[in-house]
Amino acid sequence: MLEGIMIGLSAAFSVQNLLMVVAGCLIGTFIGMLPGLGPMSIIAIMIPVAITLGDPTAALILLAGVYYGAIFGGSTSSILLNAPGVAGTVATSFDGYPMARKGQAGKALTIAAVSSFAGGTIGAILLAIFAPALSTVALLFHSAEYFALMVVGLSAIAAFAGTGQVAKALMMTILGLILATVGEGALFNMPRFTMGLMDLQSGISFITLAMAMFALPEAIFLVLNPARSASGAEGGGSGKITGLRFSREEGRAILPVIGRQSVQGFFIGVLPGAGATIASFLGYAVERNIASGKEQAEFGKGSVKGLAAPETANNAACTGSFVPLLTLGIPGSGTTAILLGALIALNVTPGPRLMVDEPDIFWAVIISMYIGNLVLLILNLPLIPYIAKILAIPRNYLIPFILFFTLMGAYIGQNNATELLLLVGLGVLATILRFADYPLAPLLIGFILGTMLENNFARSMQLYRGLDFIWERPMTLALLVLAVLLVLLPTYRARRARKRAEGVADGD
Amino acid sequence: MALDRWIALIFIAFCCIYGYAAFFTMDQLLPPFMQRNPVWPSTFPKVLSVLGILVGLIVLFGLEKSAEQSEPSATDINYRRLHEYNLVQALSLLGLMVVYALALRPAGFLLATMVFLAGGSAILGERRWLTMLLVAAIASGAVWYLVQEVLGIFLRPLPFFLR
Repeated sequence: MLEGIMIGLSAAFSVQNLLMVVAGCLIGTFIGMLPGLGPMSIIAIMIPVAITLGDPTAALILLAGVYYGAIFGGSTSSILLNAPGVAGTVATSFDGYPMARKGQAGKALTIAAVSSFAGGTIGAILLAIFAPALSTVALLFHSAEYFALMVVGLSAIAAFAGTGQVAKALMMTILGLILATVGEGALFNMPRFTMGLMDLQSGISFITLAMAMFALPEAIFLVLNPARSASGAEGGGSGKITGLRFSREEGRAILPVIGRQSVQGFFIGVLPGAGATIASFLGYAVERNIASGKEQAEFGKGSVKGLAAPETANNAACTGSFVPLLTLGIPGSGTTAILLGALIALNVTPGPRLMVDEPDIFWAVIISMYIGNLVLLILNLPLIPYIAKILAIPRNYLIPFILFFTLMGAYIGQNNATELLLLVGLGVLATILRFADYPLAPLLIGFILGTMLENNFARSMQLYRGLDFIWERPMTLALLVLAVLLVLLPTYRARRARKRAEGVADGD
Repeated sequence: MALDRWIALIFIAFCCIYGYAAFFTMDQLLPPFMQRNPVWPSTFPKVLSVLGILVGLIVLFGLEKSAEQSEPSATDINYRRLHEYNLVQALSLLGLMVVYALALRPAGFLLATMVFLAGGSAILGERRWLTMLLVAAIASGAVWYLVQEVLGIFLRPLPFFLR
């Protein structure tokens, strides 16, 4: 491992890669602050840039920097405006915004940055420990296990979708898988479902899909409901941000919170489908429950602990979500799914072989995560008062630019104007789905995993001349059973909870 | 019927068409040597269409009980309040995007982008024409320079009659 860290250090500390981290963090913070543009949209916009870099290490470092920056930017708008740009920072606004209202915006930002830094750093250390171990196990996997593992991943994403959302999430996953079958696959030399259109021959570009699923609906929502972006007018966006320091007592109060939440957040992040949003809410809830009576009353009114908990947890979870991506090549969240797409476009196949074949990429990413956190703390934090000026850009200018960048992101990758029509069409579809409360991340993950899922399935079928691989490989069977259980469990538990509730009502 | 169930219904119909294509139209084209494979190009789509219909039915009939709906906040988006929203603006912007897609090649990047950015602001109610055009012109020039010169991706800058 030490050897790996050295390789990573030498790769990450090249001038080019350091520049990439700094640039990525700054761009990410800048755009992440804007209402409605979450890390997924930003990474999708940045992918063409990353791909033209050509060097996968630099590209991945840039994108990871953008990811961290975006989360940090999201926290900033949560604290200053009570307008979280990202679902993962909603819990940050619970205590961050009240603090800003009390005139402690600067302190809140510092605490957020320090907790993010600590969460990300501890997460990166845990990643450096667990990823190689998991890689070793994963090297024993064959296509049958990969197939089963992807099924587990997809069903976990549905299972964690929340009460009443499991079937909807599954539906979206299947829609994503269906969209992935369009075009000429690598496995069969024939076009499928292209409806005779040349432009569909190579399939739907995942950047176009990512833009259409995330960036475009948000922009349309901003147009539809001005209240979504108007909160900037009354908030402290233009106000002065002063007093970045926090006291020694406050530091002592948040220290155990950071310790607990970085570990908890990391492991939640590792689970497919869970990720930063669940980690931050859970982190907040746990800390509130174990806080003493007096501190508990403070939660929601500007408690430093309540701010530190979700901030630590979401950053640790972001780092944790890299574990399945780097070791198994299976993304657990929408963001890592986009990163996976970018990696494939750069001719890098993430998975257990990555650590063996291209250790410099693997370790450089881990090291650069650490550097990224450091950059956020020492470079971005002092710049926040200036970066926050972007929130003052009038909506009339902001929205056309967001739409324009969405269009450019889809166009640059393909150099094909038909792609833009596809983008608008899919964007309208995504907006309607969002209105009906369908989760869209499963769709994108299904789309990205679709080809791999089919390839691994076909390979195992060919190897065993049929479905026998399910029975003959115990690992595969176990994973598939787990996948079924994951989908059924939430339904079963909800039913039992309802039964119990009814029973109590009857008993009265 | 709520919107999400309508969507489930449409999804089921879509899966039926997709399944029809997979079950009845794909296999005839298959060359004989590929028919000996256990997996055909149509295998995965067949499985997907069946699964899709099943899950679609679950959503359609509401077999899974949904969570209690909390009161939506002002910043939430809700289709039942669609009429209160700026629907015309949103649709015009989408139209503008389509026009941009169609005009990008013939009109060239610079002109198309300028019109798009300025037009977008105008649709959203901006009336300071000079600022608007200036911002749009600088932005399209800067983006073109970045994409063409820094990233090295070719973007046709000028309209067809100036080429």
